[in-house]
Amino acid sequence: MDALILSRMQFAANISFHILFPTITIALGWVLLFFKWRYERTGDDAWMKAYFFWVKVFALSFALGVVSGITMSFQFGTNWPGFMETVGNVAGPLLAYEVLTAFFLEAVFLGIMLFGFSRVSSRIHTLATFLVAFGTTMSAFWIIALNSWMHTPQGFEMRDGVAHATDWFAIIFNPSMPYRFVHMLLASGLTVAFLMAGLSALRWIYGDRSEPMYKALRTGVYLGAILIPVQIFAGDMHGLNTLEHQPQKVAAMEANWETRGNVPLVLFALPDEEARENHFEIGIPSGASLILKHHADGVVPGLNDFVAEDGTAEHPPVLPLFISFRVMVGVGMLMLVVSWAAAWMLWRRDDINKPMAFVLAGMAFSGWIATLAGWYTTEIGRQPWLVSGVVTTAEAVAPVPGAHVALTFATYLALYAVLIVVYLTVLYKLAIRAHYGNIEKDPDPRGDSVSMGKATGEALQPAE
Amino acid sequence: MFGYEPDVILPLIFAGLMGISILVYVILDGFDLGIGILSVFGTDDEKDTMIASIGPFWDANETWLVLSIGLLLVAFPIAHGIILTALYLPVFVLLVGLVLRGIAFDFRSKVSAQSKWMWNLLFFIGSVMSSLSQGYMLGIYVLGLDLSWASAGFAALVGLCLAASYGAVGAAWLIYKTEGQLQEKAVIWMRMCLLLTAAGMAMISIATPFASARIFDKWFTTPEIYLLAPLPLLTGAVFAGLWFLTAKLPRPDDSYALVPFLAMATIFTLGFAGLAYSFYPYIVPDQLTIYEAASAPESLMIILVGTAIVLPTIGGYTILAYRIFRGKATELKYD
Repeated sequence: MDALILSRMQFAANISFHILFPTITIALGWVLLFFKWRYERTGDDAWMKAYFFWVKVFALSFALGVVSGITMSFQFGTNWPGFMETVGNVAGPLLAYEVLTAFFLEAVFLGIMLFGFSRVSSRIHTLATFLVAFGTTMSAFWIIALNSWMHTPQGFEMRDGVAHATDWFAIIFNPSMPYRFVHMLLASGLTVAFLMAGLSALRWIYGDRSEPMYKALRTGVYLGAILIPVQIFAGDMHGLNTLEHQPQKVAAMEANWETRGNVPLVLFALPDEEARENHFEIGIPSGASLILKHHADGVVPGLNDFVAEDGTAEHPPVLPLFISFRVMVGVGMLMLVVSWAAAWMLWRRDDINKPMAFVLAGMAFSGWIATLAGWYTTEIGRQPWLVSGVVTTAEAVAPVPGAHVALTFATYLALYAVLIVVYLTVLYKLAIRAHYGNIEKDPDPRGDSVSMGKATGEALQPAE
Repeated sequence: MFGYEPDVILPLIFAGLMGISILVYVILDGFDLGIGILSVFGTDDEKDTMIASIGPFWDANETWLVLSIGLLLVAFPIAHGIILTALYLPVFVLLVGLVLRGIAFDFRSKVSAQSKWMWNLLFFIGSVMSSLSQGYMLGIYVLGLDLSWASAGFAALVGLCLAASYGAVGAAWLIYKTEGQLQEKAVIWMRMCLLLTAAGMAMISIATPFASARIFDKWFTTPEIYLLAPLPLLTGAVFAGLWFLTAKLPRPDDSYALVPFLAMATIFTLGFAGLAYSFYPYIVPDQLTIYEAASAPESLMIILVGTAIVLPTIGGYTILAYRIFRGKATELKYD
């Protein structure tokens, strides 16, 4: 395999791993601020306990986000030097503003947020929590602005093959930016909602009936129930925007080959790029036309419009887009059903039952799946371009020996696999320990460091 | 601006900004990387204290690396590509090291006592990997990105000495932030590392002019040689002063506890000034000047405006954080 495909796989692995953690921290920061604000208002200790549990989840996720983010920032140079050489004049300032306005803010105030509760006034601690939440959101803003610009570039001109910025407002607020930003923030909110409901349900399954657990459970369930319809609406708007600016991407998502009216909404199919048709297609007649054009006979662009003279496809690969889009939408629908059912249950009886607890625990990481599927849809959908119409992925790759890329790729994969397993294990143990800490006198009320000791150790790990 | 054309003054300003942020990085992350290296010599309790002494700071310290590499990337995109592709494998080692120590730092406090030793070990290994690879990259860079076996050997030595200098600044931080037996140990660690650091700086100072005729001419001509003489002389004096001071530390009243750290920061600053003088105006040694590699002036200008406002703010709240966590290191608590 050559350096291009390996570099692409490596970057895909890297960005897939990285995005999991900002997806949590962006919204979790605001939820922590909510907990802190409730505590300040009510003086109820349960809010603070919920805060101390979830701030640990935040710290772990933040650490993983930081280290994988640093890795990514270096890979621009090590693997994709052509990117910065061509569009550095545009991408550079956006990345610089992310570091200046977001990274330092998060990093400095995280220390105060995590360890400063007993050293500063509660008010300053709340301010630190706000600044961290604000920082993560700013960070998302700049990155999404850049990413959206790569999809729908404007506000620049090419001079000697290098992009020069002409209108910064147009660059930052490019046509797809508002949709993408809102879609991502909501995705983060949903990820956190289901993670919070899921981990709380796990504690519930282990017998935890403490008030901090219920506070987090209610927050998670209600947040999910509120955000999911908003997300479906925002996603639909985003899709219409993509149809306007990147019709070939929508055509691939829908596996629609011919430009025509009455396009069915394909529920299942096996798109075949060789034959340029779908096998085993099951669809709702005129469904896609209705959704995309709000008209049964609305004309939707097809993939066959994006083929070069010599027959090479100038559209993204169809199968991965078709599948990842369906995974995203499928998980979204599941989220709608589950969060509304759980919200209904909580509202009626102020508790959940066992089956619901298992469903919620099982969906703890459903946000990750939907987010990854969504990102694959949009990022693979930009291929073969790195920046639409400006520079292709192949043009940007580094002249590094394939063997070096293969070596680093294999190591990253192994590292990421281990880290994911460790992350999930530690979250699981934190959740169980929080429970045992609640029913017995916690040997270490912070639940920090060595508290898996005597009181709870035997119950959890009989082998010790 | 100041009577200069923007395409002259802007690259200069950005080279300066990048230099400052690398220097701040080396001093700040230097001490927490150094503590990671030294952690292997501490007992279990001492490891906890050592890590607690950097707990609230390490993340922000590492951000200076992101800013340095970010400034290289945004201000000198072509150089960024050349340097990072040439240093592909050491960068990779650096990144894996940073990942390991960043993760270990956070996970070690949230796992059972039984598996803590493993995270402590990873914290040490990650710190060593990061420090060695940074020194290795510095060595290769000093020799003009030459990738022969001879330069690899030289770079490996530089790696060892940079790791030692991080150990020294880490020990200096411990002298300031701890007390009792750990503080006494830190003094011993510091003196050992100081010797290696001096050897490393001497090596780079001798190798650089011989690797590049241009740099040789920049230093060894009159009157430059007289104007520059204070740089190595001052460095030597600080080394010597530090050596004699640490022989008498720690004092019963804990006076002078911050001096070793400030002295190490001075040494780093002086060494860095020497490097900066040697390589100016090149960003890729003897290949590409900062003026040739710079981004378009209008892009640099928009970053500069932001930087001018934001950098002092960052300085302000960084100082605030250090003030909030001032005094001897205590156990890290979430509440």
